[in-house]
Amino acid sequence: MGPIIKLILLNVVTYLILKFVLPNVPGSAPLPASLIFLYLLLTTSGFLILATVSAESKEEFWGPIQRFLVGDGIGGLQALRWVVLILFPLLVGWQTYNSTAVSDAPPGENRTIHPAPPGEYAGLSNPVPKTPETIQQGKGFYAAFCSPCHGGNFDGKGSAARGFNPPPANFADPTTIAMLQESYLFWRIKKGGVGLPIEGMPWKSAMPRWELELPDEWIWKIIMGEYDGAHQSPRTWE
Amino acid sequence: MQQDQGGWIQRLLRSSREHGGALLGLAIAAGLLGLPALVFGADAAPAAPTEYRDVPYVGSRNVIWVIAQLHLLLAGFVLGVPMFAWVCEVVAWRGGEKRYDKLAKEFTKLLTSAYSTTALFGGILLFMLIAFYPKLMNYLTDIFFPSFIVYCILFLVETATLYVYWYGWDTMQYGGKKTFHIFLGFMLNFFAFFIMIIPNSWATFQSSPVVIAEGTDLARAWAATWNPTWWPVNIHRIIANVVLGGYICGAYAGIRYLSAKTPEERDHYDWMGYVGNFIGVFGLLALPFAGYWLMREIYQYNQQMGITLMGGFLSWLFILQAMLIGVLFLGSNYYFWLGITYRIPGSALKYRRPMLAMLVVLLLCLAVWMTPHSLVASLEEAAKMGGSHHPLLGVLGVMSAKMTVSNLMILVTFMSFIMYWRAGKQDTAGWAKIAKAIMGAILVLAGIAVIILGVWGYFVPAIIRINYFSTSQVLIVIGVMLTITPLTALLLKSAKTTTEMVWGKMPPRAGYSLVLNAIMVILLMTLMGYARSSSRVHWHVYGVVRDTSQYAYSPALGYASGIMALCTFFFCMIVAFIFWVATMGDKAKGVTEPKKAELPHGMPAMAGASSALDKPGERKF
Repeated sequence: MGPIIKLILLNVVTYLILKFVLPNVPGSAPLPASLIFLYLLLTTSGFLILATVSAESKEEFWGPIQRFLVGDGIGGLQALRWVVLILFPLLVGWQTYNSTAVSDAPPGENRTIHPAPPGEYAGLSNPVPKTPETIQQGKGFYAAFCSPCHGGNFDGKGSAARGFNPPPANFADPTTIAMLQESYLFWRIKKGGVGLPIEGMPWKSAMPRWELELPDEWIWKIIMGEYDGAHQSPRTWE
Repeated sequence: MQQDQGGWIQRLLRSSREHGGALLGLAIAAGLLGLPALVFGADAAPAAPTEYRDVPYVGSRNVIWVIAQLHLLLAGFVLGVPMFAWVCEVVAWRGGEKRYDKLAKEFTKLLTSAYSTTALFGGILLFMLIAFYPKLMNYLTDIFFPSFIVYCILFLVETATLYVYWYGWDTMQYGGKKTFHIFLGFMLNFFAFFIMIIPNSWATFQSSPVVIAEGTDLARAWAATWNPTWWPVNIHRIIANVVLGGYICGAYAGIRYLSAKTPEERDHYDWMGYVGNFIGVFGLLALPFAGYWLMREIYQYNQQMGITLMGGFLSWLFILQAMLIGVLFLGSNYYFWLGITYRIPGSALKYRRPMLAMLVVLLLCLAVWMTPHSLVASLEEAAKMGGSHHPLLGVLGVMSAKMTVSNLMILVTFMSFIMYWRAGKQDTAGWAKIAKAIMGAILVLAGIAVIILGVWGYFVPAIIRINYFSTSQVLIVIGVMLTITPLTALLLKSAKTTTEMVWGKMPPRAGYSLVLNAIMVILLMTLMGYARSSSRVHWHVYGVVRDTSQYAYSPALGYASGIMALCTFFFCMIVAFIFWVATMGDKAKGVTEPKKAELPHGMPAMAGASSALDKPGERKF
């Protein structure tokens, strides 16, 4: 099997795995095209690196391509060569046009998930003492106000969660609240979706502005309850 | 009376309806005539001090951005090259390989013109800052003026040392004079280090200001200097300068190799490319550790700034950074592998399998490093994923995964170098088998430990991951290097050379990969320069002096990338100019001196690197 065929096969197999196998792994989901493209780019780069690391392998890979392109001893493939030489630039042009032309497709989802909190919240620490009672109280408040969306198991799968896009945050995921300080959560709960700064645009968050409903002390207790219930710890520096 | 007044007004209104045009003209004329009075009035009030000035069309911020970035890149170059040159000189001095001394001299020759260019850009930057940002400069001068004086003195001493170091090169070649010359080289780097860290204090104070105590001017300047990000930036920059110096040397060698016309030139520039790549990689291995420490300090200093960088709108820069570093790692390893297959005849097949294994590990690591936490997805794709986080691959987007793969990539690159070092040699020591087994076990265990710590990092509080797990990963990798390097050196001491290394046989793509590596480093520096500066958002001095100019907003990432590319292009042009100027005299010398006519491109110092000079007893200078 020639190296060119190997490269094509490698990319096809990689694509099939990313497109059809990985999404069907339990707990997974379809990958966006941007990520599939990135991985295919890596696969191709890796192949090219290995194919050109020695004179022999380079000749084996690049030699036939070069001879075909310059028309050197390719016999009956001359017509195909002309087809490639004409079609390839056209294909590139078409692709360029497609990627730059005005389209009615909505823009990509690229909002900032973790916009920086305002300065007045950045240095806050939880004023409520961390005791079993306060944590329990926090869990109680959480059950009343937060669990309909964020779920009784803190996994973002509350009874109302299906109605939201994007879905409510999954606190049990170690890449969400475990990466943040308590003050960040305090700001997000207090100010809600409407309190997001301009860098968080478009403001796709249905989080209520809880400062209108809950006193600060309750919010701090909810935060303690959330971390405890989700088996996570807030980011600290001590 | 009131009726009279009303009648008068009515008459005026009637008249205005009849002669409206004339009255309007009269009013405008009166207004115009009265305008100078406004100016006099304005002059009468005390004029507010000018806070900003602008450049039409281009914008003052863009001008400062480009000039500051070019100055920083040039400064990195003139601080990196002396380190590079001094190490080469010491290697030649201790090891007796004269070609290292020639290489050191060749690069020191660049320093005089490079130094003046850097100073020129520094001067331009200073004038521009005073002109465009007078309020900010006033504020910073008020705090830092004692360090301005120290900075000037250091410049004088550094310049004098450089002159003696460069012009005394040939006369201080042997005996005690050479020792003194080495000492001068050390002092050159010593002063350069302080020249770097003083401006670092000004820039880092802008990002992480501290409360300045009352006291003498010196005490205030010292308090401001010792801010939380000062030392992390100092260490990060010094390593980055070594990397820049190494890769620029490599790129220069690559270009000269591609245009070489004689076998001697090919030999020499091939070897120079190897040395440049080696020094670049040597620094690159330590760079992620320093970067991690810097980011940790930023996060600890201010959560807002940390999130802006790592989770907020600047977080995409770190995906770009991962791509650039990935290319750099791949490029450096590729160069090592090309070296094995082309410089050591017959080894292509022997090392193909290990190369494939290392390449697969590198690509897998790179795939993890480049996977963002929040993915670029269409609305439809995001809906299918249940948000912009992928439920399975989303875990790869956080620091625990990134730290793990960066450590593994460092391990692989280190092993690439070890493989290159050992290629073409056969162990003769009786304990070679045991040593190799120990090295293999160390490597495998270290790799497993790094992965376990990385996975475990998801299940412990962030502070434990940051303070203990990530630090342990770094220490494990350093431990591997400190164990395997001396063991390999001991093994090779008694090893038999089975295949002699052949210089000058590398294919052209080796030269191109060296150039690519240098461009990646420059792009990385421009990218991170923007990240560091943008993290202050709308503050000149974070939380203290607010930016109230029309440019108090962060430019879009696409626009910023354009400026970064522009800076990279300008810097490459400037470096090419410096190399051209520095070697111009040699070319003329080559034409006028018939004795050196066999060196068509002049550069007698470089041609001296032919292997003949490595033979002991032959002194040609």
